[in-house]
Amino acid sequence: MNFLLSFSRAIDAVSVRIGHIVMWLVLAAVLISAYNAIVRKALNISSNAYLEIQWYLFSAVFLLGAGYTLLRNEHVRIDAVSHRWSRQTQVKIDLVGMIVFLLPLCWWVVSMSLPLVIRAFQLGEVSTNAGGLIRWPVYAMMPLGFTLLGIQVLSEIIKRIAFLQGRGPDPAITGKEKSDEERLLEAMKQTTGEQVR
Amino acid sequence: MSAWIAANLAPIMFGALVIFLLSGFPVAFSLAACGMVFGFIAIEMGVVPAALMQALPLRLVGIMQNDTLLAIPFFTFMGLLLERSGMAEDLLETVAQVFGGIRGGLALAVIVVGAMLAATTGVMAASVISMGLISLPIMLRYGYNRPLAAGAITASGTLAQIVPPSLVLIVIADQLGRSVGDMYLAAFVPAFMLIGLYCLFIAAVAIIRPAWVPALPPEARIYREPNGASGHVSLMILLAICFIVGTLIFSNYAAIVHWVTGDPQARAPTDEAVVMAMTAGVVLALSVALLGRLAGLRILSQLAERVTFVLIPPLLLIFLVLGTIFLGVATPTEGGAMGAVGALSLALLRRRLSFSLLSQALNSTAKLSVFVMFVLIGSTVFSLTFQGVDGPIWVEHLFDKVPGDQIGFLIVVNLMIFFLGFFLDFFEIAFILLPLLAPVAAKLDIDLVWFGIIIAMNLQTSFLTPPFGFALFYLRSVAPNVDYDDRITRERIPRMTTADIYRGSVAFVVMQVFMLGIVIGFPGMTLSALGPKQTFDLDSIRIDLPSDAPATEGNGAMPFPALPGMPGAPTEEGAKPPEDDLGAQLMKRLGQ
Repeated sequence: MNFLLSFSRAIDAVSVRIGHIVMWLVLAAVLISAYNAIVRKALNISSNAYLEIQWYLFSAVFLLGAGYTLLRNEHVRIDAVSHRWSRQTQVKIDLVGMIVFLLPLCWWVVSMSLPLVIRAFQLGEVSTNAGGLIRWPVYAMMPLGFTLLGIQVLSEIIKRIAFLQGRGPDPAITGKEKSDEERLLEAMKQTTGEQVR
Repeated sequence: MSAWIAANLAPIMFGALVIFLLSGFPVAFSLAACGMVFGFIAIEMGVVPAALMQALPLRLVGIMQNDTLLAIPFFTFMGLLLERSGMAEDLLETVAQVFGGIRGGLALAVIVVGAMLAATTGVMAASVISMGLISLPIMLRYGYNRPLAAGAITASGTLAQIVPPSLVLIVIADQLGRSVGDMYLAAFVPAFMLIGLYCLFIAAVAIIRPAWVPALPPEARIYREPNGASGHVSLMILLAICFIVGTLIFSNYAAIVHWVTGDPQARAPTDEAVVMAMTAGVVLALSVALLGRLAGLRILSQLAERVTFVLIPPLLLIFLVLGTIFLGVATPTEGGAMGAVGALSLALLRRRLSFSLLSQALNSTAKLSVFVMFVLIGSTVFSLTFQGVDGPIWVEHLFDKVPGDQIGFLIVVNLMIFFLGFFLDFFEIAFILLPLLAPVAAKLDIDLVWFGIIIAMNLQTSFLTPPFGFALFYLRSVAPNVDYDDRITRERIPRMTTADIYRGSVAFVVMQVFMLGIVIGFPGMTLSALGPKQTFDLDSIRIDLPSDAPATEGNGAMPFPALPGMPGAPTEEGAKPPEDDLGAQLMKRLGQ
């Protein structure tokens, strides 16, 4: 179990690293998109490559960031009923769901999307738009993203088993970061000088 | 048995999804797992062809290529930066000084600022938290009726659902397959009517129950001229001058364009004229204020100067986003990117932009993008199978039993969404429910733009309704929950009870339901902003004018060229009007 737990920690570290890298692609996409609009109006230039790179970047963000988001426990859940159950029960449901459904799902999407990537690579498929980009790198985000997600699922499974055996902390709590609302609240309390409480 | 299952796969699948979702397993994975498992079952039973699942990778590529959805990270990032840039604090404080002297002024300020925050940050939680922390203590200090104070804050917070450029409307437009510009245009009328209704309500309270909404006492008004005047006169004069200059520029815009370009043939579209005139008015106010500040001249009163400096950045930001979209300079997605760049510059100017704030905002944006896009991926996997097992037909048959065609359908759907809004986040409703409902609505001849506005209005009501409304929950988290001594008056102020918050929302929920009723009852009111082609059957109408021929309609004195998408111009049936003409249509409506 100790070996598995250190394996899980290593996966978490990789996911955090990837998450912290891909989030900067959001900024890149923002700047490129604004640049596109400005040069189109001001200089009457439009480049399909710059238009396409936007969705390449965003695809990278949401596909490669999937494992990181799972680690942070931010894939949204409906807790209207489940919040009444004990943490043990909730974790057991998560565990079953991950082993029986989520792992096969990741494998299934990878196996379905990989042929698409290979074919695009072999044929050298390029966008049909003039000056458009080559396709296989963005297609490759699909199997890559779901592989990263699958690996993170392994780590989550290990952490949940450890929790149920009483050997580890609750992964839903350790993974979580402060929400934006909490951060806003803190920042505003500093500026308004705790006048409320 | 297996024949029965094969014949009823759609309802079984739907039931399984509900159980899956209620188990608390992440929504995105519940949807995808359900789609995958039932896909295999359906293939095994021979209900669907084995090739059904082969479509999945290309569907995923379709999601990745969807430009409109790129607006999600852009608008989210913009909102996160703005909520932390101190804009809300400044706006609340300044607008309260403008209206504070009259009865009900503080509540009016909350509503006005709430509308501005809705248009810029577009995040309900952030609006409610800001107003709850800044405005609520002030209102309690000067003896406002407590439920009324809470109601004004929570109701103004929910405006983020409907006031353009709302992300909610973008996602609804995408899911219903309508243009974002149309959705914005249609949302303007109900959104402003609702804001107007709130203001009228406060005014009525100020007349009937003056004690509930006291004016700020003189000592609480910060901005004073040396001679003791409040400075409102100066503000009024500045406003009047800017208004006159803007109007002059608007009515002579063609002449100005010709003079600047030296080309008498240069085009001067009305929408461009409106945006330029408004921008000119705002820039004029800003330059007067800057001149006064830099040259040390006392041109403006302190109040007028303060209002100018505080109100103009968000106004410019709104013009930047909406203006670029309506002028056709940018797509809604690019409008969002421009807004995000604007928000970055604003935070930089205010010296609030630190590396940690930037990386926090990016981190949150990335995580939100993942969760939203994965819900969409999940619902795509689900619907792939669900369509294969004829789920849409099953959903349609469910509504067969509902009497009253359109109205019956709308009432049932509204009740359903209203209750689901207590438990589900907006994105889940948009990605799971809308794809199921949209085809039924389209079959019943319901205009989908109108339908989208109804859903947005309905959700904002749901978010305000006790005991589950999200807005109430956010106010509860920041409202004082113990008695405290006020910092300025040193008086003991009792805590805000949850009952106060609930009671305060009632009047505003009633107003929202009333407004929802009006939107449903008078579709023409919402759709008129889109021009007559949306409300009349155009099958038989085909007028082929060369698109640059002058049209005789319009507002009389100012003939302007017929643009595609406008009445009198050639239209493709069912085609979306090009984005760059939406502003013209709006302005035309406003001019009538």
